[in-house]
Amino acid sequence: MSILVNKNTRLLVQGITGSEGLFHTRQMVAYGTNVVAGVTPGKGGQWVDDRIPVFDSVKIAVEATGANTSVIFVPARFAADSIFEAADAGIPFIVCITEGIPVSDMMRVRNYIDLKGVRLLGPNCPGLLTPGEAKVGIIPGNIAIPGNVGIVSRSGTLTYEVLYALKQRGMGASTCVGIGGDPVNGTNHIDVLQMFEDDPQTDKVVMIGEIGGTDEEKAAEFIATKMTKPVVGFIAGQTAPPGKRMGHAGAIVEGGEGTADAKIKALEAAGVKVAKHPEEIPLLLQ
Amino acid sequence: MKLHEYQSKQIFSRYGIPIPRGRVAATAGEARHIAEELGGRVVVKAQVLVGGRGKAGGVKVAKDPTEAELLATQILSMDIKGLPVRKVLVDEAAAIEQEIYLGITNDRAAKKPVIMCSAAGGVDIEEVARVSPEKIIKVHVNPLLGIKDYQTRDIAAGIDLPREYWKSFGDILKGLWQAFEDNDATLAEINPLIISKDKRLIALDGKMLIDDNALFRHPDLSEMRDTDEDAPSEVEARKYGLTFIKLDGNVGCMVNGAGLAMATMDILKFFGGAPANFLDIGGGAGAEKVAAAMRIILADPNVKAILINIFGGITRCDEVAKGLITAMEEVRPNVPMVVRLVGTNAEEGRAMLANASMITAETLAEAAQKAVAAAKGA
Repeated sequence: MSILVNKNTRLLVQGITGSEGLFHTRQMVAYGTNVVAGVTPGKGGQWVDDRIPVFDSVKIAVEATGANTSVIFVPARFAADSIFEAADAGIPFIVCITEGIPVSDMMRVRNYIDLKGVRLLGPNCPGLLTPGEAKVGIIPGNIAIPGNVGIVSRSGTLTYEVLYALKQRGMGASTCVGIGGDPVNGTNHIDVLQMFEDDPQTDKVVMIGEIGGTDEEKAAEFIATKMTKPVVGFIAGQTAPPGKRMGHAGAIVEGGEGTADAKIKALEAAGVKVAKHPEEIPLLLQ
Repeated sequence: MKLHEYQSKQIFSRYGIPIPRGRVAATAGEARHIAEELGGRVVVKAQVLVGGRGKAGGVKVAKDPTEAELLATQILSMDIKGLPVRKVLVDEAAAIEQEIYLGITNDRAAKKPVIMCSAAGGVDIEEVARVSPEKIIKVHVNPLLGIKDYQTRDIAAGIDLPREYWKSFGDILKGLWQAFEDNDATLAEINPLIISKDKRLIALDGKMLIDDNALFRHPDLSEMRDTDEDAPSEVEARKYGLTFIKLDGNVGCMVNGAGLAMATMDILKFFGGAPANFLDIGGGAGAEKVAAAMRIILADPNVKAILINIFGGITRCDEVAKGLITAMEEVRPNVPMVVRLVGTNAEEGRAMLANASMITAETLAEAAQKAVAAAKGA
């Protein structure tokens, strides 16, 4: 078992003929992910590497291939439209890698997909990886091995750092989920924590947060009241000054809210062991 | 991106929100000229992108054009919270009966925009928010529907606004919502929205923040950007698509990814050092971008050592190494550099840097400790 993606995932790539989309499609295929279709409007009828059919719309692609998960690589100005298209075509799980989508677009997207009961991961996220089964997004496959640690993170490369540190000590991941660094996104920490709690293959959980917003504080409350599995945490941004956006659109301390200290205190009060730096995480899991 | 008061009010005015008559001036002579045109008492207001202007003495009332010129001279020579005043807004003075706060921002937890309104508006609104938050009412707007008339009435009633003003208040609030939505604002605020002695609602002050990610569809707003408040290094970084924020420490940082960049700064502090900056070179950065990043870091005279931490995913470590070599030939850095390359093409990258007299490290902890030591030794 694992969460969200596995061997049965039938993946559709939106923006498959763009340079990013094509590069990562090949990486996903090489990892063994079942990529069944691609979509680029105006390029329907083409094939990618003589094995993946390209369609003009998500609706046609779903009808032809039975795709059940979509990953989006289209540029920021078109990305919200792509999410709406996937949701309207009946895709139940959408992963959006694209960075830099206007927050007003994401507000409309989020309110719409909530009405439709569609799950979104991201945007501005690295996607997710179930080691040995499926890679959806851009997490490098070779830095993780299968195992019993579930990982949920707001970051990209910081997550790779943690996967790599785990692998160095022979520890593997059940599924690694990047929820993304935007202020308004789809799936949040709590959603993923609940899935790990319910997943028989996951015995321990790592939660990586960062400054900004109150998601980690809410997750701390969830962990204290709803979780039986041990959780190790890490919060990035202790040295970040207030009022400055630290790269991610969501990583900003505003009006005294969202500081690293407040998040660390909330997590520790919930019984979470909080690592001082990323390489300490495997030690705290032992 | 922040807009100045005069820019925000000009936008509000296009949405039917009443603002005082007035214009912006860059010299005291211009200020006098505007005051002469307006006639009567005027307000001279510093245009800087920080709050608390009034309390810092940057907003003054003049009884005639001569006094307006004098006050403009004073205000144009001020620094407010470190920012030089380059422009003043000269507005006709209003006779105030009551000050209302009205603002719209994004509530990230609710995933919806939220309207905030209070009968206790004016310069102390932040104090009101802290001490008696119940005096500020909040109403969320469904972004799929937009604002509804009944919501404007609920808010007017919620702040005990006399019924005679409900219609004009509703028009102002709907105008503010439209200005917020059309311009991809993350904040649109009127503080104060006044009831004047002659029974009119007027937006005396205005503030807008625009979502940087949405500027591609607002070329008119992009042109309004005032880079005076940004450190020159941050402006330079933006040109290369780098995210750079200057800090006070002495270890320069170059990292790929925002989360990892923050974690790298934090671990420097954990081992007793202090980061000189936040710098995310982004995903898939090529040699040219890396070289620009190096120049920007080295332009800071406080930097005593540099820590380069790259976890190759989309970013290829050999490309980063190529950029580092180019940059070193160009700028000839005289501070020690600690480099950690992991992931995609890391071995190729390390081989390229073998002759480049850099300190190398395997783990993040080791890299941070070496960088802290190098900064202390230099």
